[in-house]
Amino acid sequence: MTTPHKYVRTEDAPLLPPPATEAGITGWLWQNIFASMADYQSIGAAIRSLFMITFSLLLVYVFINQTFGLIDFAILSAVWSDPDGLKREACWTVQQGGALPDGWHGACWPFVWAKQKFAWFGPYPSEELWRVYIALAVGTVGLIWALLDRMPYHRQVGVLMLTIYPLLAFILLTGGNNEASLTSIGVWIFGGLAMISVGRMGAAGYLGAVFAEISSVFSIVGWGIIALNVVRGIASVDFNLTPVGTGDWGGLLITLVVALTGIVASLPLGIILALGRRSQMPVVSILCTIFIEFWRGVPLITVLFMASVMLPLFLPAGVNFDNLLRALIGVMLFSAAYMAEVVRGGLQGIDKGQYEGAQAMGLSYWQTMRLIILPQALTHVIPGIVNTFIGLFKDTTLVSIVGIFDLLGAGQSAVADAAWSTPVQAITMYLYIGVIFFIFCFGMSRYSIFMENKLSKSRRH
Amino acid sequence: MTKHSISSLIYDSKLRGYFFQALILLGLATSVWWIIDNTVTNLADRGKTVGFGFLGENAGFQISATLGTWIFDYNVGQSSYLDVYFIGITNTFLVAILGIAGATVLGFTVGIMRLSKNFIVRSFATIYIELLRNLPLLLQLFFWYFAVLRALPSKRERIEIIPDAVAMNITGLYLPAPIVGPGFIYSVIAFLIAVVIVYMLKRWAQKRQSQTGQRFPVFWTGFGLIIGLTVLVFLSTGSPLNWSYPEFKTTGAILRRGFQSGSGMVLVPEMLAVWLALTLYTAAFIAEIVRAGILAVAKGQTEAAFSIGMRPGMTLRLIIIPQALRVIIPPLTSQYLNLTKNSSLAVAIAYPELVSIFAGTALNQVGKEIEMIFMMMMVYLTFSIATAAFMNWFNARVKLVER
Repeated sequence: MTTPHKYVRTEDAPLLPPPATEAGITGWLWQNIFASMADYQSIGAAIRSLFMITFSLLLVYVFINQTFGLIDFAILSAVWSDPDGLKREACWTVQQGGALPDGWHGACWPFVWAKQKFAWFGPYPSEELWRVYIALAVGTVGLIWALLDRMPYHRQVGVLMLTIYPLLAFILLTGGNNEASLTSIGVWIFGGLAMISVGRMGAAGYLGAVFAEISSVFSIVGWGIIALNVVRGIASVDFNLTPVGTGDWGGLLITLVVALTGIVASLPLGIILALGRRSQMPVVSILCTIFIEFWRGVPLITVLFMASVMLPLFLPAGVNFDNLLRALIGVMLFSAAYMAEVVRGGLQGIDKGQYEGAQAMGLSYWQTMRLIILPQALTHVIPGIVNTFIGLFKDTTLVSIVGIFDLLGAGQSAVADAAWSTPVQAITMYLYIGVIFFIFCFGMSRYSIFMENKLSKSRRH
Repeated sequence: MTKHSISSLIYDSKLRGYFFQALILLGLATSVWWIIDNTVTNLADRGKTVGFGFLGENAGFQISATLGTWIFDYNVGQSSYLDVYFIGITNTFLVAILGIAGATVLGFTVGIMRLSKNFIVRSFATIYIELLRNLPLLLQLFFWYFAVLRALPSKRERIEIIPDAVAMNITGLYLPAPIVGPGFIYSVIAFLIAVVIVYMLKRWAQKRQSQTGQRFPVFWTGFGLIIGLTVLVFLSTGSPLNWSYPEFKTTGAILRRGFQSGSGMVLVPEMLAVWLALTLYTAAFIAEIVRAGILAVAKGQTEAAFSIGMRPGMTLRLIIIPQALRVIIPPLTSQYLNLTKNSSLAVAIAYPELVSIFAGTALNQVGKEIEMIFMMMMVYLTFSIATAAFMNWFNARVKLVER
């Protein structure tokens, strides 16, 4: 029996609400805005608080000012339509000879509507645009399907997007019907088959144990030759499509073609270069290092200049490359060097035990890389790879400097059109192009962050 | 026995390595030879020769007045193509250095703002970074040049930023130009001597503090010494520095109105646009690097510093920044490199830098593709390799610090 003490509480203390500075909206506001402005304990703290107040007010002012300025320019004050076909006069003020009040400053959207087809597809013939639409639609659907893990067969769709889709897009966009003789395709395919059979015989041990390993190379090369010639064959079939030369491509279409080709080609090339740079063989590693550092050391513009000016000199007389292909080669080599460094970062992060484990199991070099090292290294650097893609996508704008009309180049040449000459012409077009680029780049960077979070979750066991 | 030794030779991985390397070298040599052979044939077909003799020839085109043309005293028809090359290099590095300075200051500011506890400051920095990073640099360059700077007042008008000293119109930004009189060199020498003295003072103060624990107010003494000594010498030599203010005429013949040449100093709008675009674009990347660098310093470091009684300012200066810099500097250097390479985009708005005047205008006139592109690439490559060498040295030094 214990004696009850008066000062001992017999029931629970009442639950008080959390202090206003810790919970709810007021808490959030206090912690995130006002706490940094409310310390006047010492002179230093007071100066800091006052600075914070002024600085925050300034930023809020700039933000509101700019946002309203943009909304006013792009929506409220903008000219939306040009029903009378006045062209530039639709966006002229009274002073300039138009109908708008003096001091007007707003977007001239009819100009963009008039140039929209040009900005998207360049001089691509209008009656053939359905082909571009199909290629874009299949590409978009396929890409989204392949990138979302939740979709069934997303891996298989990804493989199709990398193999069949480029061919489909090539035929749709150019019209196919390339000149290639059936005999040459036939001879090549026969050669490929012969190489595969040599490879098979070697693998089965008919050619002696020594050749067992080299024979796999024969098989790979054989399959490569056959695949290449099947592509050549299909590309030379006459689908009865009007041929459209790359000179008639332009706008966003070129941007996407350059970016996607660069992206698709740079990854395998980059992997090979990265493996080469880490190779035990000094010649291979030195050559790969020189290659990578050379391309990384020069600006892309100089590469494009080189591709457009020097490439014709390097090739036999008579071999004439199309302008777009030259730029594509430049972009591919350039981005492969950057990709190689990203992949190398991933390879360096792999534990040495992984290599030793693979060796202990008797895997060959290529088996080790394909089955053990690369799958781990590549997943680690997916964010880096996506960032390189974003850089590449933005860099495609540089092809406009060597005379290929990508989205920015097409926009820039539209800005030079005197029929629409107004003081707001340039800024309207840049706003439009900027929004398109922002959607693509921001989308990719969000995807990179999403993958980063997913990977860091799956790595945390 | 012989059979065994042959197969062991083939299975010898070292020997096989030599074989593959020889094969690769052979393939490389063949393709290089093929390219050279093609080039020689093509050049012969076009009736061209290879050689650097053209560098001595006189360049017959106008280059807008910039630092490069001023340093190398460019005159149409008198200066050589070699001068054009050096003017291009000067202008490239001028805009690169100004851009690096601007982007570093802005980038560090935005990066620290991004980590602020204040929501307004933090989100403003985030918006800035996301907006600038996700738009192509060339688009931003066009925006500043064609949309913003073209909207400035015409040649006969101006916007005054500091009355009678700094003003702007469509022909550029006008600033007062310093005119150095005789004897100014003594002030420079005094400044340098003061810097050396302060450096020695700092070393002595550090040594004394580590031996006796007594502190010495190095910062304020040094500050006073550098300013005081320089100003004293400057005044005693009779203030040998004058300013030439840009002269603006609003009266007189219409064609003579506006800024008068020969007064003040002008920054051409092309350069302003390139500088603005490079600074704002690169600052967004630097901000992310700075943020990542500061976040990379473990929280325990701050807590440990507080627990031994360091104040927040000291903690930042002595504990966090030195460790964050180790993470920040390597990617920061590569951003500086990117900025320098990106300055080549200036060709799109005809700022007279290396690509624009040498590989553009001069190449069109001379037609020596191989030599000129080679010379142009060498500049960028040399700079890249020098930076890489610095990075290796820096990394080695930082590694030693880490025990």
